[in-house]
Amino acid sequence: MTPPPPSTRRAVSALLRKEVRLELRTLQVIPAMALFSITTLIVFHFSLQANSVEGALAAGVLTVTLLFSAILGINRLFVADHEEGGFDGFLLAPVDRTAMLVAKALALGGFLVALEVVAVPAFGLMLLDPNLTGAALWQTIVVLLLADVGIAVVGTLVGALAIQTRARDLIVPLIALPLLLPVVIGTAKALAPTFAAAGAGALPGRWLAILGLYDLIFGLLAYAVFDFLLED
Amino acid sequence: MYGSRLRSLSAATVVTLITGYCLAAFVAPMDADQGFMQKIFYLHVPMAIVALGGFVFGGICAIMHLRTDDAKWDLRSYVAIHISVILGVGVLLTGAIWAKASWGHWWVWDEPTLVSFLIVFLLYATYTPLRFSIEDREKQARYASVFAITAGAFVPLNFLAVRAATSLVHPRTFDSADNLPGAMRTAFLVCFLGMVLLYVLLWRYEMAHKNTVAQLRSLKRKLAGDDGLRSRRSAAPELQV
Repeated sequence: MTPPPPSTRRAVSALLRKEVRLELRTLQVIPAMALFSITTLIVFHFSLQANSVEGALAAGVLTVTLLFSAILGINRLFVADHEEGGFDGFLLAPVDRTAMLVAKALALGGFLVALEVVAVPAFGLMLLDPNLTGAALWQTIVVLLLADVGIAVVGTLVGALAIQTRARDLIVPLIALPLLLPVVIGTAKALAPTFAAAGAGALPGRWLAILGLYDLIFGLLAYAVFDFLLED
Repeated sequence: MYGSRLRSLSAATVVTLITGYCLAAFVAPMDADQGFMQKIFYLHVPMAIVALGGFVFGGICAIMHLRTDDAKWDLRSYVAIHISVILGVGVLLTGAIWAKASWGHWWVWDEPTLVSFLIVFLLYATYTPLRFSIEDREKQARYASVFAITAGAFVPLNFLAVRAATSLVHPRTFDSADNLPGAMRTAFLVCFLGMVLLYVLLWRYEMAHKNTVAQLRSLKRKLAGDDGLRSRRSAAPELQV
């Protein structure tokens, strides 16, 4: 009697462990994203001609830095599977195909968190006028976690969409950036009171709600359509 | 199938559009603030609504394509989206003209509707490059459908987000019924109907064209074998009849 097929949760955890192991062995994506974010902060310093930023401008600088670093991660997300035959191996396994969506989204989310561990303190030290401690830090973490979920879900969807095209690295930013604009708006608006020079204001509930709504809708949407991207 | 009643549909479209614009120009009262330039509203707003409706319609056709795996639905989705993109160019141009005339700037960031529309337009402008960069026909159709569904769901969410983000400058005509008095409302409805008819007409013309080309190729193949066919010059999706 054949053993029952593995549950989706086991499939997700196996895939996720593979992603983490792959990244830890090769250390391609996370250091590149982190380095890119620091370079972007330097670019902002020179292009804005500002020694320090605060308030809405600070929120915008942080959001843009994270967004463009995330695009790097999205570009690389499915490359290994596409080139080394990982898709075929996965399709042969008797598991639900959305396991790959969940695993890749969790992996990308993890990469983003790792990126933020580097980028946010760098931002706090290099460019931010008020100190990033206490309430400001907690608020930043909450907002960025909400944003990361949205970027992870949409990034996985766009990465899977783009991996089969000829102009892969060009298509990803073109499609991902408009789709991520509500996340950009929500994150920047939500973080603006946090970075106020006079001290962190309260988090605007409306923008947290919009970010949450976006995460929910795109999570459901990605869950519905992802299967079709993996068919051969 | 698409070619039936095209002539009567064309006539109806032309009549409705001309009636609408005559009503707008001569019968509807002049706007107190903006004068005659306000009348571009009768062109700009129906175009915008129909373009957005077309994007959502393209998304619905894409859902049907993924459910039935019938290439016809993919073709319907493709035609719907690319006609909407063309209308979108018109919306942005007429919107810029109206903005310059009433507020003095070709583009304003302060108002959410134009910005949301620009974002949606930029997103759908990537639809065609995405399609044309996937070589395999079936994969192309499937991926385009996934994109159309995602983008179609994105349209209302985007408008919500941008509207919440910006302050009110763009006239919110439909927020209250008092904003459109009788004659203006009639003119607007006729123009809107005309624009819907125009969209349907263009869509049906293109579908009829693609249908005819497919049948012609099928006949040529039957008569002369595969040598009778010229190779396709365009990467655009086609029917296989």
